[in-house]
Amino acid sequence: MTPATAPLAADVSRYLARRARWSPLEIGFWIFAFATIWLFPGKYLILKDTAILALFALSLDLIVGYAGIISLGQAAFFGLAGYFSGLIAKYGIVDEPVIALILSGFAAAALGFVTSFLVLRGSDLTRLMVTLGVSLMLGEIANRYSDLTGGADGLQGVTIAPVLGRFRFDLYGHNGYVYCLIVLFVCFLLARRIVYSPFGLSLRAVKENALRASAIGIPVKWRLVAIYTVSAGFAGIAGALLTQTTAFCSLDVFSLERSADLLLVLIIGGTGYLYGGLIGAVIYKLLQDWIADLTPQYWQFWIGLVLVAIVLVGRERIGGGNAALRAFIVRLGGRLLGRRAVPAPDRQ
Amino acid sequence: MPILETIGLEKLFGGIVAAHDVSLAIEKGARHALIGPNGAGKTTVINLLTGVLRPTAGRIMLEGRDITDTAPHERVQLGMTRTFQINQLFLDLTPLETIGLAVSERLGLGGDWWRLVGSKAAVTDEIVEIVERFRLADVMHERTATLPYGKQRLLEIALAFACRPRVLLLDEPAAGVPEAERHELLATIEALPAEVTVLLIEHDMDLVFSFADRISVLVNGSLFVDGAPEDVARDPRVKAVYLGEELDA
Repeated sequence: MTPATAPLAADVSRYLARRARWSPLEIGFWIFAFATIWLFPGKYLILKDTAILALFALSLDLIVGYAGIISLGQAAFFGLAGYFSGLIAKYGIVDEPVIALILSGFAAAALGFVTSFLVLRGSDLTRLMVTLGVSLMLGEIANRYSDLTGGADGLQGVTIAPVLGRFRFDLYGHNGYVYCLIVLFVCFLLARRIVYSPFGLSLRAVKENALRASAIGIPVKWRLVAIYTVSAGFAGIAGALLTQTTAFCSLDVFSLERSADLLLVLIIGGTGYLYGGLIGAVIYKLLQDWIADLTPQYWQFWIGLVLVAIVLVGRERIGGGNAALRAFIVRLGGRLLGRRAVPAPDRQ
Repeated sequence: MPILETIGLEKLFGGIVAAHDVSLAIEKGARHALIGPNGAGKTTVINLLTGVLRPTAGRIMLEGRDITDTAPHERVQLGMTRTFQINQLFLDLTPLETIGLAVSERLGLGGDWWRLVGSKAAVTDEIVEIVERFRLADVMHERTATLPYGKQRLLEIALAFACRPRVLLLDEPAAGVPEAERHELLATIEALPAEVTVLLIEHDMDLVFSFADRISVLVNGSLFVDGAPEDVARDPRVKAVYLGEELDA
């Protein structure tokens, strides 16, 4: 390198290093997240559910926000790993929860890998239908083999051993919450590492312009397969956490509602910056909790209204520019209001 | 041996012949131009060369190797990249990220999910070299979508160049660039390293005749004339079919 380019080189390295630096806001976020362990001792159950939902939403953000794959079937991986972790605990195949959790993640990732080939081609609408179809099929399989899964009664008789042989899941949910929070944090670190790597950057390129991505030598297909597999693994870990902390698993882990709620969570929080799923999960759970207190019967009406308001008011900011997702939600919102759908403007 | 060669390349869309018996030979280090009137099949030939389209018949050889059935991204890894007539850029990324991406990919780090982009000195060095060469240093931190068109056009070539091709296909690189930004673009194209073979597809005759050392003329999907610029300029059939008044003037 010539002396003339040295300042430029320093500028380039500095910029690249700064891309992935932790901002004070991020550090604050996580300090607060861990502080909730001491701040809200009576709220462990909802906190735990929020942490699981946040991890689940993070898994969806990896494919929607970073690879542009929209899915209505993330529950397939959540559910598969939920049953997987329940069964291996019930039959004493793997007792230690952390190892069981990792195995469940791999089981879901394996399903993700196999089904990823179905979502490589086609439009967003095809992807919605294919992903939805896979989760519905798995739900029906779990229903059919009720000898193993307990069918409509759910998987009974699961006992979860203490984490690392020491920390028993107590009645107040303290250990359960701490366990979920730590797992969420570790998975988040992993996801953060991935999105700032060359691999993560190549995903954004694929999302923006798959034609050009392949014209600079990126194997588009394999990158999508890889991130879909990782995302499935994360969703699986979330599902296994739910089973482990409740010692129960039922057919609703595969439900369409679970996948659809997850999309809501991600819309509320925004896609493509990793915190969207986390923030969305917190807002969603708070809303749910608060509104359910006010009107226990009709809380979903208010969630729907908030959603429509968010989409109509902040359409440009939400979604980090995911036109398809936005269009889908606007159409959904239009239907809820009983009006003709408002077409979302194309991104330009 | 030519570095890039097509043998009897044929492409049919339904009943329409888009390319017929195209046999091109491009020598190593050449500045080869492919010209022809609108609809002559120039873009079809580029798409066949890069693997976006599969030929109905014929072979494509890159450095003596048959790449007819090779996937587009693998042809890039084998040393041939292209630019696009209409910019195909990553609008949300900065030029620095865009080039960093291509460089990482070429150095085989594209599947690396653990390290940060640019944590290797080799990557940074190459980014610097390309940013300098294509005069993008002053805009490298801006979102690509906000760049002036001329800079986007430079980035379009820089991105292809970042793959370190031995064969570079330029699809109308000067198309739509305003006069004020044109000079910078042409100078950059002139300054491409001599060892890189360039196939230029262009409408702009000034650019073609100042740049190319060999010209192939495509008409109705078939190669019409193939030769040195002087011969092509003199050829009465070319004048009649394509160049017309433009050259006489």
